[in-house]
Amino acid sequence: MRKSLLSAIVIAALALSACGSGGDDDEAAGGSSAASCAPSSGPVNLTYTTWIPGIENVVKVWNDKNPNIQVKVQTGPNGNGGTYQNFFNQLKAGNTPDLGHIEYDALPSFRVQDGLFDAASCDIVAKAKDQFIPWTWNQVSLGDEKSAYGIPQDSGPMAMFYRADLFESNGIPVPKTWEEYAAAAVKVKAAGGYITNFSQSDINQFAGFAWQAGGRWFANDGRQWTVNLTDDKTKKVAGYWQDLIGKKLVSTVPPWTTEWDNAYNSSSAWTWVSAVWGANSIMSGAPKTAGKWRVAPMPQWNAGENVAGNWGGSATAIFKNSKHPYEAAQFALWLNTSEEALALLNKEAQLYPATTAGTKYSYLTNPVEFYGDQKIYEVFAEASTQVTPDFTWGPTMTSTYTSASDGFKAAVSGKGTLSDALTAAQKSTVDTLKSQAIPVKE
Amino acid sequence: MSVTTSAPAGGAAGKIQESLFSRTGAMLVMAVSTLYFLTPIWWLFVGAGKRSDEFTSTNPLWFADFELFANIGDLLEYRDGVFLRWLLNSILYTGGAALIGTVLAAMCGYALAKYRFRGRELLFNVVLSGVLVPATALALPLFLLFSKVDATNTFWAVFLPSLVNPFGVYLARIYATAGVPDELLDAARIDGSGEVRTFFKVATRLMFPALVTIFLFHFVAVWNNFLLPLIMLSDERLFPVTLGLYTWNTQVNQIPELRGLVIVGALLSITPLVIAFLALQRFWRNGLGAGAVK
Repeated sequence: MRKSLLSAIVIAALALSACGSGGDDDEAAGGSSAASCAPSSGPVNLTYTTWIPGIENVVKVWNDKNPNIQVKVQTGPNGNGGTYQNFFNQLKAGNTPDLGHIEYDALPSFRVQDGLFDAASCDIVAKAKDQFIPWTWNQVSLGDEKSAYGIPQDSGPMAMFYRADLFESNGIPVPKTWEEYAAAAVKVKAAGGYITNFSQSDINQFAGFAWQAGGRWFANDGRQWTVNLTDDKTKKVAGYWQDLIGKKLVSTVPPWTTEWDNAYNSSSAWTWVSAVWGANSIMSGAPKTAGKWRVAPMPQWNAGENVAGNWGGSATAIFKNSKHPYEAAQFALWLNTSEEALALLNKEAQLYPATTAGTKYSYLTNPVEFYGDQKIYEVFAEASTQVTPDFTWGPTMTSTYTSASDGFKAAVSGKGTLSDALTAAQKSTVDTLKSQAIPVKE
Repeated sequence: MSVTTSAPAGGAAGKIQESLFSRTGAMLVMAVSTLYFLTPIWWLFVGAGKRSDEFTSTNPLWFADFELFANIGDLLEYRDGVFLRWLLNSILYTGGAALIGTVLAAMCGYALAKYRFRGRELLFNVVLSGVLVPATALALPLFLLFSKVDATNTFWAVFLPSLVNPFGVYLARIYATAGVPDELLDAARIDGSGEVRTFFKVATRLMFPALVTIFLFHFVAVWNNFLLPLIMLSDERLFPVTLGLYTWNTQVNQIPELRGLVIVGALLSITPLVIAFLALQRFWRNGLGAGAVK
């Protein structure tokens, strides 16, 4: 019995490996024909991997209208939670989905692995460029005007959420500059609270601050990468927050935890300089404070300026293995520019659009009850036009984030400084680039 | 004389005291460990009963409004009841793999214990070295293999690799050596029973407690095997419950309501494990001891 079972397994394994070699040939043939962006004839089936909650309802609208281009949604954990790693594995195995959800900061790592289809070669994509907020397009063109390694999907323009009631009852003016913000922090501390929570492990918030201040962490001249986590602008931001941390004017609860929510819910943290999607985080994390929050533009480095940072945002990318890049581009454009899709994406997952028209749609101009009926999205629409366009992410952000967040965690507990953390992250990023044979300028 | 009589008495008293002392110490360690292991489960139970806005504002180890059943209702309704599907998948992957895997391990271990053939020890050592290879290290090669045959993102991509269990083979061999007497097998052969029949009718009966142990180990290992489904599957309807809950948990930043569902889901997802352990613990405890003394 055991013998026959064994031989059955062996036979099965042989059969499998035989199919395997056949499948390989097909793939190679398909791969070469998929280089250009030409419409396919006949019905097309596309696969699309994303972790946007409720996306099926959006895709269903497309599928009902386009019987010849059917899109199948696949899902998984968020990008850094495993889906990016899966994409890399699938690139290795040659079975990526046609389309994938990739955050802006991860796009370059897929670009250097040569995993993405340059959608700018599709005329429909090139024509759609003007519909997008310029800086979001810059996030997908990766420094090359004529490229598009994805269609911008959502954005995270930053502004300041603040407790209007607490500022008013304590007679503290709402800060408009970072200098005023630091001054307010002292008064807030005296009133028994913290002006904000400095995110000790999520480096993206800090990146948003650096972005606003004019820090440029990465550059790519087409030949090699420059890493500059320690430029003067970034150092200024690091020094500013180091000062607040040193004086214990900000709390340093780990972000995205229940303690963190509780700090906001129990009124011990008064502001949060965050992205547009933060509106929902406060709403659900701090329900007791309903009606007491307002949104103002984020503090400026120089009075009178109007510069915003960005935190988050993602693109719909087409993978190089896709056999139907034209149809994939059609779908991605519909998903990220049409009013019906954008409205649904906002309803299902609070995505904030990357198109200029999108930020003005009616669902984003309504007063929001939780924020005292303020039309908060108008503030973010304004901010999205104030994000400077030329901020570039590096191709090994995971290792940059890990190194920096280790240093940040140490800094908030008094070991080293934020500046030290950035210096270490600079070094480890350069090392990682070198170890992956990515050309880097020292 | 008084010295000789008092000395043993004192010694005896000292012994009693010492054993009392060590017993209290042992009890204390046990109590602390119990607390240590049960607190998270208690937290989970309490948390699962809370409304989402109560997580942050109420004592994490005590009840607020007890809404467990409403929360379970929400969980089962969310996304067309995909959670139930995940639970069912987990039971299929786990129960199926553990059942077949146990039979395979038992047959293999029994053969290694009871038949003499060339290369037996070598074969056993190869199997044993399989214990040392972590499942996580195998996940990526398996993915590439399954990709070759277009079998990723299918039930089989998770099920087939879960069938083998080298540690089970090791246990089965030890139990079969100790617990299945050669004389009994000879008797069976003389009575005209074939080898297969002897194995299923005689050996498995004797090995039963061991088999339950192997089954449980295998069950828990597959239930907790997270990386393989993570790498293989992208269709939500195929996820086991661990991967499904993890997926939701990574989306909490975006959809904070999910936090509550993840907690209720985690509570429900450990229930089958608890049931399996309680139902099988009688056999399991026997199994652990069997073969230890001969």
